[in-house]
Amino acid sequence: MKDAFGAPQSLLVLGGSSDIGRAVARWLVARRTRRVHLAGRASDRLREAAAELTGLGAEVTVVPFDAARPETHEEALGKVFAEGDVDCVLMAFGVLGDQERDEADPAAASRVAQVNFTGAVSAGLVCGNALRAQGHGSLVVLSSVAGERARRSNFIYGSSKAGLDAFAQGLGDALHGYGVHVMVVRPGFVRTRMTAGMKEAPLATTAEAVAEAVVAGLRRRSETVWVPGALRLVMSGMRHLPRPLFRRIPL
Amino acid sequence: MPVRSLAGWGRTAPTTARVLRPRTREEAVRALAQAGPRGAVARGLGRAYGDAAQNAGGAVLDMTGLDRIRSIDAQRGLVVCDAGVSLHRLMHVLLPLGWFVPVTPGTRFVTVGGAVGADIHGKNHHVSGAFTRHVESMELLLPDGGVRTVSPGDALFEATAGGMGLTGVVLGATLRLLPVETTRMRVDTERAANLDDLMARLAATDHRYRYSVAWIDLLARGAALGRSVITRGDHARLSDLRPKDRRDPLAFRTPSLPAAPRGIPGGLLRPSTVGVFNELWFRRAPRERRGELQSIPAFFHPLDGLPEWNRIYGRPGFVQYQFVVGPERADVLRAIVRRISERKYPAFLAVLKRFGPGGSGWLSFPREGWTLALDIPAGLPGLDRFLDALDETVADAGGRVYLAKDSRLRPELLGAMYPRLADFRRLRSEVDPDGVLVSDLARRLDL
Repeated sequence: MKDAFGAPQSLLVLGGSSDIGRAVARWLVARRTRRVHLAGRASDRLREAAAELTGLGAEVTVVPFDAARPETHEEALGKVFAEGDVDCVLMAFGVLGDQERDEADPAAASRVAQVNFTGAVSAGLVCGNALRAQGHGSLVVLSSVAGERARRSNFIYGSSKAGLDAFAQGLGDALHGYGVHVMVVRPGFVRTRMTAGMKEAPLATTAEAVAEAVVAGLRRRSETVWVPGALRLVMSGMRHLPRPLFRRIPL
Repeated sequence: MPVRSLAGWGRTAPTTARVLRPRTREEAVRALAQAGPRGAVARGLGRAYGDAAQNAGGAVLDMTGLDRIRSIDAQRGLVVCDAGVSLHRLMHVLLPLGWFVPVTPGTRFVTVGGAVGADIHGKNHHVSGAFTRHVESMELLLPDGGVRTVSPGDALFEATAGGMGLTGVVLGATLRLLPVETTRMRVDTERAANLDDLMARLAATDHRYRYSVAWIDLLARGAALGRSVITRGDHARLSDLRPKDRRDPLAFRTPSLPAAPRGIPGGLLRPSTVGVFNELWFRRAPRERRGELQSIPAFFHPLDGLPEWNRIYGRPGFVQYQFVVGPERADVLRAIVRRISERKYPAFLAVLKRFGPGGSGWLSFPREGWTLALDIPAGLPGLDRFLDALDETVADAGGRVYLAKDSRLRPELLGAMYPRLADFRRLRSEVDPDGVLVSDLARRLDL
């Protein structure tokens, strides 16, 4: 169960090897979380993440999960919920793609959408329904500022996050009143493995800062969390910028 | 079936459940049988601060429909009533007959079933013990659907006293009452300048009073650390009343203001606003006043006059922290008061009292010593770690926190605080092998 401060005792991370997923899990294990399910494709990084959390005192299980194969989600995730309550689900999987290359290779581009959006739709529904049945729980969805308004430089990724973001908001409304709290997290540029070597955007942040914001959002039962918080204002300005102007912003 | 969102009085961790409202014992038996795979727990008036009376995804039996007072023995002072009868109702019915409930907490809006489940205490604990000491017997609906009458000394009785509703659903109880001549209280009020002064006064003279409690200003620091207002008293005798009140000495009225509005934002209670309130409260109290006559609501239940007062904490809600440490651990109490005051959390007037010897309930909270209770807004940063650290100190000192108020204890500490936890778990696995009775509290603390 979650305690009065929203700290969960059991956690399911979809995208268990992601830097942000690991950072959030570390923060939560330092509080009340004792049972962690790390879901992802088998890899050294996933095993490493499991070992790290075990070392911090958590009881960790690794769950095979492939975001790109929605037809497997019900079974793979259903097993986790059958084992016991999950107080918090963190959807942290996602791919960035390579905008330039993907524009030339539509099939590769659609893979970004498949993982970030289509995969999240099925995994989000499976988890949302399970949380609804247990009458409590949080579903934390890692969206991105990129989804707030698609930019020329990464609109493939951005549009997939926009879809995810809209889906998560709708899911939150659908589950409102059923004890399930859906929280959309919109980080800006996060320095992680995924963004290594890229040119940093202003207000760049870290996986640790995202984790801290997630923990605070769980405590406040927030519906939307921006990381850093200043992005809420910045993006509200961006959203209303006329397109001819927006187009010229070198981001 | 429709589900409802339920939270405790602190409004911190709401979950949803199907709410069933049995009106008779037969309906209660049926409701429990229909609990479903996620089990059921009984709920009264929802005054437990944390998650004791909620059951995510399962069933919650709203017991307030079982509200019959079955019989009153006005000669011997015994009442037999359903579990859903509130102390408020009992007072209205019993006071005109010259009887008072044996133990009342700071609110009248608790049911008899809830009073048993939490083994509640009042300002008279040092004299009268906790609630279940005054229960002659109770009827318990067991997880297998059977109904048993249990009495003090039975394992099932002792596990149920303070057992947070996890050993059976209390259907009704027989209570021993306290005779009173009037519905007024004779109250002595005095101020204590600081914590040492307070503890010395309580230790020296508490035994002279049936009821005793102190309100501490936890925002006071330095030499004023622990400054407080002590109010103590007993039921007024007929001869204490003014002649015009003697005509109707057992009149009982419970005035109430309109409820606090919904939608109050969090963060209203800051150190500044609470500080001003605490200052006024302290100044308002007389330095010393003897024999003041007060009504029962004014003396016991000042907050009941403001319905839904828990809303003033806004959406984030609040936590109440109550612990007890032995009489020889005054040092721990002092250290904790200092830590809270140094931390400058906006803690509303906190309550300090001395408990008498503990009862026999396995998970019953009160034990002899000092107990402190305080409310803190749940949204404050760092509060989780701060209270975790207090838990460690309390557990190290052989003390414990109160489960009816808990919403955040680290489960690992529970065994140290409640030495009979293992017995409790064993009995539960015997009477409820399928886990029919379960609550969010039970899941969170692995009871």
